[in-house]
Amino acid sequence: MAEPLIACNDLTHVYLRGTPMESRALEGITLRVSRGEMVAVIGPTGSGKSTLIQHFNGLLRPTSGTVLVEGEDLWAPRTDRRKARRRIGLLFQFPEYQLFEETVRRDVSYGPKNLGLAEPEIEERVEEALAQVGLDPVRFGSRSPFTLSGGEMRRVAMAGVLAMRPSVLVLDEPTAGLDPRGREDLLQTVLSLHGEGMTVVLVTHNMDEAARLATRIIVLEAGRVEMEGTPAEVFADEEALDRIGLGVPQAARLVGMLRRGGIPVGDALSITEARRAIAAALRGWRDGTH
Amino acid sequence: MSEPFLEVQDLHHTYNPDTPQAVVALDGISFDVETGEYLGIIGGNGSGKSTLAKHLNALLLPTSGAVRVGGMDTRDRASIWEIRRRVGMVFQNPDNQLVATVVEEDVAFGPENLGLPPDTIRQRVDEALAAVEMTPFRRHAPHLLSGGQKQRIAIAGILAMRPECLVLDEATTMLDPAGRAEVQATVRALRRDTGMTVILVSHAMEDLVEADRIIALDEGRVIMDGSPGEVFDIIASSSGGRLDLPPMAKLARWLREDGIPVEGEAHTVESLARTLLSLTAGARRGRG
Repeated sequence: MAEPLIACNDLTHVYLRGTPMESRALEGITLRVSRGEMVAVIGPTGSGKSTLIQHFNGLLRPTSGTVLVEGEDLWAPRTDRRKARRRIGLLFQFPEYQLFEETVRRDVSYGPKNLGLAEPEIEERVEEALAQVGLDPVRFGSRSPFTLSGGEMRRVAMAGVLAMRPSVLVLDEPTAGLDPRGREDLLQTVLSLHGEGMTVVLVTHNMDEAARLATRIIVLEAGRVEMEGTPAEVFADEEALDRIGLGVPQAARLVGMLRRGGIPVGDALSITEARRAIAAALRGWRDGTH
Repeated sequence: MSEPFLEVQDLHHTYNPDTPQAVVALDGISFDVETGEYLGIIGGNGSGKSTLAKHLNALLLPTSGAVRVGGMDTRDRASIWEIRRRVGMVFQNPDNQLVATVVEEDVAFGPENLGLPPDTIRQRVDEALAAVEMTPFRRHAPHLLSGGQKQRIAIAGILAMRPECLVLDEATTMLDPAGRAEVQATVRALRRDTGMTVILVSHAMEDLVEADRIIALDEGRVIMDGSPGEVFDIIASSSGGRLDLPPMAKLARWLREDGIPVEGEAHTVESLARTLLSLTAGARRGRG
């Protein structure tokens, strides 16, 4: 049986323990991320999402409980944390603010260089990483990152993470602040990476994106796992998601309202599914079969 | 005939003019905003929409062309404070806009700077907090509030200045769905209760579905100007652009293509659901 890539067991994190400002950010989180999954972590601001993903690569140490990466306990005495950390490719929010080199190529090669790799290997990784994020190395390699669009800059930052050849890509709000075209390009990049076998953990506020991309959704609220399942399972409970302050994708909300109004329409998470479901239901009305 | 509240006339803006780094951000923009209008400004990253927003209360001045607020030219130094009082701005990042350690002090900051008497300040703060429904939080620390609550406090700080126009520049971009909904509800209530002129700048068309009128920018120019329905028609008939229809407007269009007579402005979940429910109610009666 294959080991999960990431496993959290009864993970609790308390900030500023023992002070008047003490706050419990995570409370007994147990979860698994398996190879090839695309897991969306959703939750309102302050639910613990960012705290959680900072445990995946050992940036934060659990107050209690364990975090295992490919079976290795990150905080066990013998663990080489630096090595374990490399397996987790973490892309922070607004990562374009962290670009700093003069050219795209140099920015992406920064990580591999620090690994002490030989020049040809670095070269190969940079080419591959740029191709993976859909940026032509010839066209973009020698440009300054700061002349690129917001979406392109973000993909350069993602290439920098991929050049480290991580086992899992962890993305914190990857489309925040992008316009529709930048957003679509970035989502296509994530989908194609996942299609090539990359395991992805995606933190998002956008329910439509979670519904479209994720194979599984984990809902956090107040530091606990509140719900977990496929998008269809999670978004079936509109009431719970409304209470948490997340809501459901617009298409799901629409079919819910139609159903409550007496139109027997099937489930839908996207507008494509809603189109099909509504057309089928209304055909029924017109034919007089209802 | 009264003059428009805001006039933008052949506005050009170039950053770093006369240097090799010169960037033309606005390239000849003209439009008027009437008192009480709810205007949405849409554009992709780099379209010039934030540059334009900063011209509306003289945070930036035209390279050429003119911006007038209530007839006052933004380049007239003597008018600048009056212009900024009349046009209040809320920005993207709530954490950069709050200055005090207690909510009511933050809201009082503007009126205090106007040198108003304490009683008047108190009254304005009370009203502003009530308008954004944050009265129970008056003694809280702003940095401990949620993103949506912080933006409502930022709006209250502006309302306390008694502006005539509120400009929201990507004010919901950094918020979660609940925060986004809170700010939208606040804008809706302000429109209903005061009829205040509102200009909402966003890269997401679905933020603008309730506007009276939408102006779309691309590469520093106005490429569309019309009601949401008109603008969506244009976007739907062109392809590959930087703009996208809000999901429900797109679905309404598809359903029409499928022969379902979805008529009128069905751009939100609520309006589309209403339209579909009334259609089937009609069918039910028709059959009976």
